[in-house]
Amino acid sequence: MKMRLRDIANARSGDKGNRLNIALVCHDAAHYETVAEQVTAERVAGAFAARKPSRVVRYDLPRLAAFNFVLDDVLEGGVNASLGLDGHGKSLSFLLLAMEIDVPASSNTNN
Amino acid sequence: MSKVFIGGAAGFAGDRSDAGVPLVRALAQCDGPRFLMYETLAERTLALCQVDRRQDPGKGYSAALERLLTPVLRLCHEAGVRIVGNFGAANPSAAAKKIATIARGLGLPIPRIAIVEGDELALSSAELALREIGGTLLSREQSVISANAYIGAQPIAEALDRGADIVVTGRVADSALALGPLVHAFKWNLRDLDRLAAGTLAGHLLECGSQVTGGYFADPGVKDVPGLAEVGYPIAEIEEVGDLVVTKPADTGGRVDRLTVIEQLLYEIHDPASYFAPDVVLDLNNVEVREVDVDRVRVTGARGKAAPETLKATVCIDAGMLGEAEISYAGINAMKRAALAADIVRERLSRRAPKLELRIDAIGALSILGTTGNTDWSSWETEDVRLRFSAQSHDSDLVELMLNEVEALYCAGPAGGAGVRRRKLPRLASASCLVERHHVKPRVSFLEDAS
Repeated sequence: MKMRLRDIANARSGDKGNRLNIALVCHDAAHYETVAEQVTAERVAGAFAARKPSRVVRYDLPRLAAFNFVLDDVLEGGVNASLGLDGHGKSLSFLLLAMEIDVPASSNTNN
Repeated sequence: MSKVFIGGAAGFAGDRSDAGVPLVRALAQCDGPRFLMYETLAERTLALCQVDRRQDPGKGYSAALERLLTPVLRLCHEAGVRIVGNFGAANPSAAAKKIATIARGLGLPIPRIAIVEGDELALSSAELALREIGGTLLSREQSVISANAYIGAQPIAEALDRGADIVVTGRVADSALALGPLVHAFKWNLRDLDRLAAGTLAGHLLECGSQVTGGYFADPGVKDVPGLAEVGYPIAEIEEVGDLVVTKPADTGGRVDRLTVIEQLLYEIHDPASYFAPDVVLDLNNVEVREVDVDRVRVTGARGKAAPETLKATVCIDAGMLGEAEISYAGINAMKRAALAADIVRERLSRRAPKLELRIDAIGALSILGTTGNTDWSSWETEDVRLRFSAQSHDSDLVELMLNEVEALYCAGPAGGAGVRRRKLPRLASASCLVERHHVKPRVSFLEDAS
């Protein structure tokens, strides 16, 4: 069934200079494979296209049922250079959480 | 000795000053060496403190020092909890004097205060430019305000070995504020990479205060946090082998579970196999996080790789002035009136300050998500919008001109413009460098030696 990432995972973003990272943590380890298949680095790059990432890398942490996305050059130069309101990119975890995914009924142990 | 207990009382200079009190009360009940750690230095904070120090040699420490320490000094003295903090910022020795003054004012004996220095780099801007990581900021800009390397745990451990009640540092790796006490208490060998990695992980989990205990976590209806208004700050209970439990004081709000801990575990991490710290490269790939009781999470499996040859440094340079001005439009046709206001300011500045880079956001419509200053607001139909104009320049007069143009919208702009606020403040840009270790010579002294 179609869901948003927010329904099955949390996310927190952090910055270092002009680089953003977003940790994505599955609420239930049963969803790890589903997220791994569908929330690819390419798809995340698409979700952030307005910020023109120069590179997006996904690191997988299966023991934690978590992923770490690293997006380069998306913070308008970073907090000390951006004229925008969120130079840290702190709010951007919610851009990722809005992503739609298709969760197979078999792995949807929460419901 | 079975365990060492470290409380994380502040994750930044603006953190709550009452957070430390429940931590010290809880630490007082713990059996083993106990420490309270304060992390107060964001990238820019140190440069702002350096500016303060230039104006007054007795200043330059964190402005939060007095506010954070006053509520806990007596409790720490009574309970034997030692304090480690980077609130020394650009002037650790002045911070030490200030702490002595606060203690005196509270009628307490003067604590033994150690001063850790040596993070300040004596390199010229040209030498720093050669070492900048992935940027060209330093070769273009010459007005370096501060250049500080992130130093490691050794001087903090040394200060504690020599009997410090309070250790005041400038720029150190945030995680070293916990690793230092652990190296001291457990007599860890500085070549024991897995233990150094575990201590670095402990510090990383504590360095943002309540971000591991339910702060910065709540999303009502999906991720609820009980008692967030009185959220408890974290305590790490660390074993000699480096395994640890994260918990928080009883009778505080917040939550400590797998999700809160993993969010912080990966906070500001890039490659989880290689988190660079001055003393070790931390590998998180084998870390396991397990809930062992209510608000108690066990974290194991940190692995260490040899410390990097170079140290990271943050260099801050003068980037002129930043101006921000806002005005609201509300009610029927608000978005079109806001768009007209934006056009007016843009048109006037294009003639009067053609080189000024101007950014305009429509707060309430399009200001953060999916934008890098996108001003195509045509599809928005909000009846309550706040326009925000921002610009940065080395020419302060140009920034002032922009602020004046926004304020003039009051009478000369579209109908119903309201609630102008404006501000202008110094802007600092920052760059990261990698410097060879021989440029950085940490040193420990004691306040009582200076007087």
